[in-house]
Amino acid sequence: MSFPWANDYKPSHPFMVWMDEKLPLPRFVYNAVGGGYPVPRNLNYWWNFGFLALICLGIQIVTGVILAMHYAANQGVAFDSVEHIMRDVNWGWMLRYAHANGASAFFVVIYIHIFRGFFFGSYKAPREMVWLLGVVIFLLMMATAFMGYVLPWGQMSFWGAKVITGLFGAIPLVGEPIQHWLLGGFAPDNAALNRFFSLHFLLPFVIVGVVVLHIWALHIPGSSNPTGVEVKTESDTVPFYPYFIAKDGWAAGAFLLAYCAMVFFFPNALGHPDNYIPANPMQTPAHIVPEWYFWPFYAILRAFTQDFLIFPAKLMGVLAMFSAILVWFLLPWLDRSPVRSARYRPLYRKFFYALLVDAAVLGYCGGSPAEEPFVIISQIAAMYYFLHFLVILPIVSSIEKPDPLPYSITEAVLGADDHAALAAKA
Amino acid sequence: MIRIFSFLAGLFFAAALAWSLVLGTIGLSHDGLPHTVEKAFHEHPHAPAGGFSFDGGFGKFDNAQLQRGFQVYSEVCSNCHALRQVAYRDLAAIGYNEAEIKAIAAKAQIPVYDPKTGEVKSHKGLAADHFPPVVYAGQGNPPDLSLVAKARHGGSDYIYSLLTGYTNQPAELLKKFPEAKTPDGLHYNPYFANLNIAMPPPLTSDGQVTYSDGTKATVDQMAQDVAAFLMWTAEPKLDKRKQTGWTVLGFLLFATVLGYMSYRNIWAEKKGH
Repeated sequence: MSFPWANDYKPSHPFMVWMDEKLPLPRFVYNAVGGGYPVPRNLNYWWNFGFLALICLGIQIVTGVILAMHYAANQGVAFDSVEHIMRDVNWGWMLRYAHANGASAFFVVIYIHIFRGFFFGSYKAPREMVWLLGVVIFLLMMATAFMGYVLPWGQMSFWGAKVITGLFGAIPLVGEPIQHWLLGGFAPDNAALNRFFSLHFLLPFVIVGVVVLHIWALHIPGSSNPTGVEVKTESDTVPFYPYFIAKDGWAAGAFLLAYCAMVFFFPNALGHPDNYIPANPMQTPAHIVPEWYFWPFYAILRAFTQDFLIFPAKLMGVLAMFSAILVWFLLPWLDRSPVRSARYRPLYRKFFYALLVDAAVLGYCGGSPAEEPFVIISQIAAMYYFLHFLVILPIVSSIEKPDPLPYSITEAVLGADDHAALAAKA
Repeated sequence: MIRIFSFLAGLFFAAALAWSLVLGTIGLSHDGLPHTVEKAFHEHPHAPAGGFSFDGGFGKFDNAQLQRGFQVYSEVCSNCHALRQVAYRDLAAIGYNEAEIKAIAAKAQIPVYDPKTGEVKSHKGLAADHFPPVVYAGQGNPPDLSLVAKARHGGSDYIYSLLTGYTNQPAELLKKFPEAKTPDGLHYNPYFANLNIAMPPPLTSDGQVTYSDGTKATVDQMAQDVAAFLMWTAEPKLDKRKQTGWTVLGFLLFATVLGYMSYRNIWAEKKGH
């Protein structure tokens, strides 16, 4: 693990020497996020979002555990127990708004983190495992967020649960039994609410476990960087502590400023008003929409309006929605360009920006009612989404002529002359 | 191999979408974009002239207004609508003292189910009780208002617009959509989602309530006051939230500036700033 020039952990205090012999936890931390982890010196601010995601996970777990002390997972009282938190629990309103907006903040950060990976080719060898584990984390996050949104047992909670579990009903033959088994009944009710609460409490800790694997896998080849050129010499890197702790630290401050502005001044801006109406199985809301971070995938689901060959439209929608994420698992093998960073890939860069716009269009359509012109727009956008990953990327990576790469990270930072001088000094 | 498979999968999804797209476009060219009476005549809620006292980052509830709004609720709305999330003790937050709260609560009868006899009895309201349910047996219950200001797009602006928005159906509407005539028993209101609301206009004439603080009880004033009061019932911690928010942002700004300075300092030799 790591590079030969990495700083070695040298405990000075006798207690730390003793500790290092019995349980080298401080050594582990030092090598993971301390002076013992050399990081490319040229990381830009897009590389701060991994650390910010960790902060979000921390916020969600701390606020979530406390909320769980006051919440009651029973369909008779769940809605009122959330209002009890908002009104009668000391600082309960702050915890709940921090948790609800924390989910949104987490997804903002994660989407930037993922698109950082798309742009700079972070998924390519030797970091495929880092990428695969990242996609697993994203899937776990989606499951956790979905189940969390059900817990307040408002109108959107109930109908969202009904729509999403209904997707499993599209599977031929076994769909309906699976749906009933997942819900513990024929429609979302107390059994579903209880299991969702249980899983919503469990999954974040599973995410913590996969995050540990994600960071472990990252530390074997070391972090990627904006040039995509691998680390060659010691002058290409700086130790994580103090350099990137300092950078992540102030970036965390800037992130928390934006996040707290949402929590304290626009706490309901990202939520749906209907979720302040208690769940009513007898009354369907005019438009059932999930939370904003599911909108692009929801648009893909609804884009399939016609049966195709032997496939019913609903099944196609469900297949496509899950495939839209599963396709990310194949990414390291679909994009065969040896150049990582889109900075040096003029053709790929154009398609990257097209994907960015495409995702935004899908998101907008997913949040709009299922009527024209949004259906047609989302069909075109969904078509581009699949063609981008499954057809365009493999072709682009074989026909593209990349721009010349810098010799090394140091050269990219200091320019060729300084680098020659540094090499001469060495 | 994996790329051959991915090509086929990509083309499969694209073909299915193209099929939906073609049939959808044909349908669209026949029917055109959806043109409904709601799309044409629904109006977005607007704020009262001058806005609400609690708008904006420094806005606060105005207790005198909340008390007037509570009076409108008690004398008008409470005939049909409950406030089950709110307890009488909560009224302390809008400026009532203990004796006043006890007196307000005592006017209400709180139903209590007696498991021994199976009867529903009632007792005189206490400060700890929540507002009692309003029940019209067999006729359905009008919506509870505790959270209504957060449960509708537009919030307090919506409530104000709805209460002052009752009008006759425009002639233009009946000309374009003759089938959309407001059915008997419903009332036309362009701010309501489907334009026809079951609730008859609740605030009909100036002076419908008599304010003790001398404010003139115009329909517009009563609508504003009750909209403000319902914002309070939905978000009673609004003042504290904003106040805390400024403290938190101030601290974070300070910490972030310090963090940025230490970042510049630590990186100085590497970047030459």
